[in-house]
Amino acid sequence: MEFKEKLLASHLALEEKVDLNDAVHQTRLESLKTFEQKGFPSPKDEAWKYTSLNAMVRQDYALFPKAETSIELKKVKKYFLYEIDTYKVVFMDGVYSPFLSDTTHDGLDVCLISAALSKAKYRNLINTYFNKITNKEDSLTALNTSYTLEGAYVYIPKSVVAEKPIEIIHFSTGKEKALWLQPRNLIVVDNNAQVQIVERHQSLKKHSVVTNSVTEIYAHQDALVDYYKIQNDLSTASLIDNTYISQEKNSNVSVHTFSLGGKLTRNNLNFYLKGERCHSTLKGVTLLEDRQHVDHYTLVDHASPHCESHQDYKGVFSEGSKGVFNGKIHVDRLAQKTNAFQQSNNILLDDKATVNTKPQLEIFADDVKCSHGCTVGQLDEDALFYLRSRGIPKKEAKALMTYAFANNVLESVELPVLKKRINKLIAEKLGVNLGFDL
Amino acid sequence: MLTIENLHAKVEGKQILNGIDLDVKAGEVHAIMGPNGSGKSTLSSVIAGHQDYEVIQGTMLMEGQELSDLSPEERAHKGIFLSFQYPIEIPGVSVTNFIKTAINASRKAKGLEDMPANIMLKKIREKSALLEIDSRFLSRSLNEGFSGGEKKRNEIFQMAMLEPKLSILDETDSGLDIDALKVVANGVNKLRSKDNAVIVITHYQRLLEYIVPDFVHVLWEGKIVKSGTKDLAIELEEKGYDWIKEMA
Ligand SMILES: Nc1ncnc2c1ncn2[C@@H]1O[C@H](COP(=O)(O)OP(=O)(O)OP(=O)(O)O)[C@@H](O)[C@H]1O
Ligand SMILES: [Mg+2]
Repeated sequence: MEFKEKLLASHLALEEKVDLNDAVHQTRLESLKTFEQKGFPSPKDEAWKYTSLNAMVRQDYALFPKAETSIELKKVKKYFLYEIDTYKVVFMDGVYSPFLSDTTHDGLDVCLISAALSKAKYRNLINTYFNKITNKEDSLTALNTSYTLEGAYVYIPKSVVAEKPIEIIHFSTGKEKALWLQPRNLIVVDNNAQVQIVERHQSLKKHSVVTNSVTEIYAHQDALVDYYKIQNDLSTASLIDNTYISQEKNSNVSVHTFSLGGKLTRNNLNFYLKGERCHSTLKGVTLLEDRQHVDHYTLVDHASPHCESHQDYKGVFSEGSKGVFNGKIHVDRLAQKTNAFQQSNNILLDDKATVNTKPQLEIFADDVKCSHGCTVGQLDEDALFYLRSRGIPKKEAKALMTYAFANNVLESVELPVLKKRINKLIAEKLGVNLGFDL
Repeated sequence: MLTIENLHAKVEGKQILNGIDLDVKAGEVHAIMGPNGSGKSTLSSVIAGHQDYEVIQGTMLMEGQELSDLSPEERAHKGIFLSFQYPIEIPGVSVTNFIKTAINASRKAKGLEDMPANIMLKKIREKSALLEIDSRFLSRSLNEGFSGGEKKRNEIFQMAMLEPKLSILDETDSGLDIDALKVVANGVNKLRSKDNAVIVITHYQRLLEYIVPDFVHVLWEGKIVKSGTKDLAIELEEKGYDWIKEMA
């Protein structure tokens, strides 16, 4: 049986696990139909020209792994921001791990979407937000929606500033030889509220795992959301990340994506600027080697006037790794005084690596400032000579310059421990001697 | 220390150096002057080992070893330092991290351990004080957004930290105001000893009042066409280069 057929057939098994009367079951069934019609994207789809899922979906995966929650904290500690106090929503093979988590209902909700879907007191919220800003035409999003079972649910009420960052971590243990995970996260940040969220997908052992994740984020008026995605998984793990963000008036949302490891990663990052004077920041550092593949597919939809969006993606590729950046900016007829900027700068460290970049600008308003720039190049020779003339060997000089190039995306990271962590990861990957302070 | 004989070099297919002879001994200061485009910076790049410049004839021996066989970093490890006419901006690498990396790279090449952090710090303090460099400056990205004068001062700070045997200062004075010129010249003089040597490339006699040369050479069309003592610099300042070109 093809994996697609298995997904369709196994939906019955899902029905045994969910409350058929919950707020979203109808949506699950409709979405399954969409997926049935569309199937997995093929390289013939323009949006998937450079990223093929053919090999991925030719394989078979377990869909409902057995619960595996007994793990020693010390085995996974390093994946947390253990230096600081945080809220945590942690899953092992898709199943909630109360032992590793630290949730709350005290002044704000940091908990599970399964709870939000089944409890009456959340029904209004779910009806208002669940699956409302996703792209209904997108087959992978539809697939995720049809299998909505578990994930993080975050609600920050009006004027509440979450005093601790929230970590959403999905571990895969390797207990299943091949595993298909579909976490579903919903994050609602009400007027004038603020939150910082760190999301991570991590295999604890080499095994074939694919995560098809959907996250919806609603930033209401004057809300402030900083979202960080750490993608530093093992070379056997793939991730399709579908993130949808809706911004109301004056809200400020940033998403930083650190793609430092994994087999195949596709980031579908969609911003919908619905209110006036929104600020949106999309930043990425991609650092790849071997045969890794990362595809950033961004959309910034300026639907309202006086908004500002900044995209800044830096990529460093070596040894047959492959990078894709497709950045679409859409400016609606009504969205006058839009400022939309986009940069994708890439360095190829050898001739086996490749990058494809494609900006797409669709501008229907006349009073806008838009710019985009894509560069693909090597390290600056004169700068290399300067470093070498001071006694720094070629290899180290290259690493230092690459580090500096990638690192400047980190300036806007508002979480010092995270900044330090990513700094260190980048330095380690590049083999930069950390004999100096960062 | 450095003996250059009959050096010919080209860049991008164009021959720039046409037979240079130069002998620099430990403890000496040599000044090289000459009109724009005569090949002064080219000579420094060739000595430092820039990959775009190709030696086509002649020899460059540093303490008996042929430099052409060495990479730029190996030349630095042998004690060659070039203060760039146009220092390169390196965004994202702070002055401090850069200099620490450079010092420890040289130490490693000599089989030494990293310099202990406290000694490094003390040295950085000492040398930045010598060149009157504000400590805030040291945490900025290397040369990024530095003024012309700040870049030059920073070059000499690096020289002070690295303690080279042979320093080549390519127009270090251009871009410096009068006070800064004195500070920088004083810094260079403090670093001088009987064991090291300096080549000063300049257009102006003024720097040579502070860093007094033992020899002055005039470079023109890729050749040293005249050599003399510090009085030659004074004469050039008065008369320009035409009389030398006529003689050559
Ligand atoms: N990378 C290069 N590519 C092409 N030509 C070069 C290059 N570097 C130097 N040249 C040429 O070589 C000649 C000598 O240049 P050089 O920079 O050495 O002169 P200079 O004596 O240092 O001049 P200045 O006093 O203006 O600094 C010039 O004609 C210059 O255009
Ligand atoms: Mg010059």
